Amino acid sequence: MLYSILILNKAGGLIYQNEVNPGLNKLSTNDYLVLAGSLHGIHAIGAQLAPNIGDKTVPASVEEFNRNQNSSIMSTFKAQSPNTNRSGLQNIETSLFNLYIFQTVTGLKFMLITAPNPAEHKGELNKQYDMAHELFRQLYMLYSDFVMKDPFYSLDMPIKNPLFDTKVRELVN
Amino acid sequence: MSEDIILPSATSLSKLTIHDTSKTGFGYNPAIGPISNSITSETSSILINKRTITLSSAPSIYERNITNKKPVEINLSSLSFLFCEIVNWTHGQSRGIHDLEMKLNKLGYSIGQRYLELIKLRDGIKLNKRDLKIIDILHFIHGSFWKSIFGKHANELEKSQDVPNEYMIIENMPLLAKFINIPKDYADLNCGAFVAGIIEGALDSAGFYVNVTAHSVPMDGFPLRTVFLMKFDQSCLIRESIH
Repeated sequence: MLYSILILNKAGGLIYQNEVNPGLNKLSTNDYLVLAGSLHGIHAIGAQLAPNIGDKTVPASVEEFNRNQNSSIMSTFKAQSPNTNRSGLQNIETSLFNLYIFQTVTGLKFMLITAPNPAEHKGELNKQYDMAHELFRQLYMLYSDFVMKDPFYSLDMPIKNPLFDTKVRELVN
Repeated sequence: MSEDIILPSATSLSKLTIHDTSKTGFGYNPAIGPISNSITSETSSILINKRTITLSSAPSIYERNITNKKPVEINLSSLSFLFCEIVNWTHGQSRGIHDLEMKLNKLGYSIGQRYLELIKLRDGIKLNKRDLKIIDILHFIHGSFWKSIFGKHANELEKSQDVPNEYMIIENMPLLAKFINIPKDYADLNCGAFVAGIIEGALDSAGFYVNVTAHSVPMDGFPLRTVFLMKFDQSCLIRESIH
């Protein structure tokens, strides 16, 4: 059961909010902005939090470090630094709701607020998490299609797009 | 650990010196900083000897046979981004909705003029005849012309009952408008003005003087349905009656 979809720009501003299913307490627009800003900050701090144990041995020279980095970029197509937690905060699970966060490489954040893990999924811890991530993928596709290809949309501004709304509703139902 | 900028082309950024000029004469060396890109005798010889800069091994569009009958498909995503940028740019240049539509129409016009020639050439010169009647040319536009641009025929071709010189081509799913959302304060705008320009250009250069406009007429299940209204010049009707 999905309650709400939020999209944050890279500065942490709320640019899209859609209450797909009723069930959450009504929050005012201001409260949503505060929520978005706070979660953005927590996500950023979460990305800095990383245990220092199990650190790889320090390469002998800068050249060697760069060479290792380059080869790992070439093989995985991802920039990786061993000592940072790039994904940041990914989900919050409580007894009343679950919250999932997905950050794209451009810093855009998608958030889903759902009902807590249902009882029938007990023992399948990842089930709802996987579903959320599939939804994120679809949402990201809709965003790239119907928001980014719209000539009247300016980047990082609130999304007021009935076409996008329709597509999101079609996706969710 | 120091976090140096990773530059894959060099082992270390700090090893680059002023004397490291790139072999082609182009590119950016951070040790030198910004340099002028002006054409010197050296770089111009490189540019002249290099015909095209090919990123892939496939032959470029200029090397293909122009009379190739196989449809050349392009990516809808890149087309949409290009069209989005066209509308955006035109929007910045124009003073109002009407002006914006005029400018889009003008951009499409020159495409229509060229595309008519191209299609007629591709159809083969021997088999081809020139359309003289309005209804013939409209069937051509609605059929094979539309198909070679958008990959399918237009949905309907209609004649106005009240006005003798008005015809309509109706498209239920305009390809270019698929991702475009018209804001509320631009209610009358239809980006199909660009396509209208293509039709106008093609008809004009075929000798049928016409004015084409695009109008949104949504229907159940087809929210983007567009009607291209064609108003032919009186001279075409007079010619039609003589034949």
